[in-house]
Amino acid sequence: MNAASDVTFAQVAATLGLVALAVLVSLWQRMRLERGIAVAVARSFIQLTAVGFVIQLVFDGDSLLLVVALIAAMALFGAFTARRRAPTVPRAFVPLLVALALAGTATLVLLVVLGVFRPEPRYLVPLGGMVIGNSMTAAAVALSRLGDEVTASRREIEAALALGATATQAARPLVRRSLRSGVIPLIDSTKTTGVIFFPGIMVGLLVAGAAPLDAVRLQLIILYMLLGSVSIASVTAVVLAQRSFFTSSHQLREPASPRAARG
Amino acid sequence: MLFELHRVSASRGGTEVLREVSLTLPEGASCVAGDSGSGKSTLLRLLNRLADPDAGTIAYGGRALGSMAVLELRREVALVPQLPALLPGTVAENVAFGPGLIGREVEVGSLLELAGLPAAFAGREADRLSVGEQQRVMLARALALEPRVLLLDEPTSALDARARDRVEETLVDLRRRLGLSLVLVTHDLAQAERLADRVVRLESGRVVEADGDRRDAAQPAGAE
Repeated sequence: MNAASDVTFAQVAATLGLVALAVLVSLWQRMRLERGIAVAVARSFIQLTAVGFVIQLVFDGDSLLLVVALIAAMALFGAFTARRRAPTVPRAFVPLLVALALAGTATLVLLVVLGVFRPEPRYLVPLGGMVIGNSMTAAAVALSRLGDEVTASRREIEAALALGATATQAARPLVRRSLRSGVIPLIDSTKTTGVIFFPGIMVGLLVAGAAPLDAVRLQLIILYMLLGSVSIASVTAVVLAQRSFFTSSHQLREPASPRAARG
Repeated sequence: MLFELHRVSASRGGTEVLREVSLTLPEGASCVAGDSGSGKSTLLRLLNRLADPDAGTIAYGGRALGSMAVLELRREVALVPQLPALLPGTVAENVAFGPGLIGREVEVGSLLELAGLPAAFAGREADRLSVGEQQRVMLARALALEPRVLLLDEPTSALDARARDRVEETLVDLRRRLGLSLVLVTHDLAQAERLADRVVRLESGRVVEADGDRRDAAQPAGAE
């Protein structure tokens, strides 16, 4: 094959040989992951194909309204998924939704305003997907850490409250640690990019036949864009969610069970 | 009257730990004694509104607790919680934390000495102190707020007898020098007798005994 646009379903099917290798390793080492691998392969095929059709529709429609609707839907599903990864944070859904929506909107608007991309569906849709996906992961990690920190640091928080600190002041060290844990993975991967691994966009472009330096430039834009959006999402989610641990009288609420924390 | 509780019920973790408690705590030194789980720590948390009761009313100096600005109340009625409750950082950072929140600077060294520690402890890391030293730093940290009342939650439970005696001496001294009122929670009835003018005994969330005003040796300056 010469370029990515020439890829046929037969070629996709051929790569299942590598999946078969993964299944064999699982069987050999008795990892019991064969079913998981099968489900992952099937789901990725169905989901990506469906998304491909949806994106094609949006491209054909050539309407920014459709782009907004698609990104809103991604933010909604992203918040829904991330909420489950932070079960100890009460009422995490709304902070996550606001965080993803804000990160998506602010990043895309900035990219357009700065003249990096034209406001067209073929740019905004894939970039929006990347922004929401990475923001979701970072916000979920940060919120999960926040929940763990509050559970582990109740004495520290109440000691600060007892000394006249507001809820925000008492939670500040925890918020700082949670934000770091949300953003650090992307900073680390940005640091090692090109040395330890080639990021997906660059690989895709190279395989599709782009000149290496063109691929590098686009990849850099994407990496810098993600650093910004991940920071926006993490800080928004954590700052909004930390309020739910406190009453309006600056009291630390009793810990809720994971089931009760949903919503 | 410093605190008046009327039919106060409170719960923690979904379990009712105080049941219709009515009692008064006068200025001076009061002690709430009881076994583990009797509700005494919860009672202390209600007095500076780290928690609110499910039912009943609490008054401080004749005013309903809920009607007061909560952050001011916590500075005036300072809680010394059970160990370990020091914040990460140095001793000085711990002691200056509360006043720093309202932009006030404090003499850390003198506060440490007031709590029975050498001023040179200011630069030490809080997590490298002995239990007795931590207890005194928590005391200095609360005193830095210039409170009117100190709420002490089992202030000597983690100490050996010698360290306990020294903390008790410091508390008596603080009452005498600063005219502070103390509300002390302890499981140690003998300590309650030694330190308090009034002892209230809790059992399973109810008041089972409230002796009269026994103030004698430890009469503080400025007390009623």
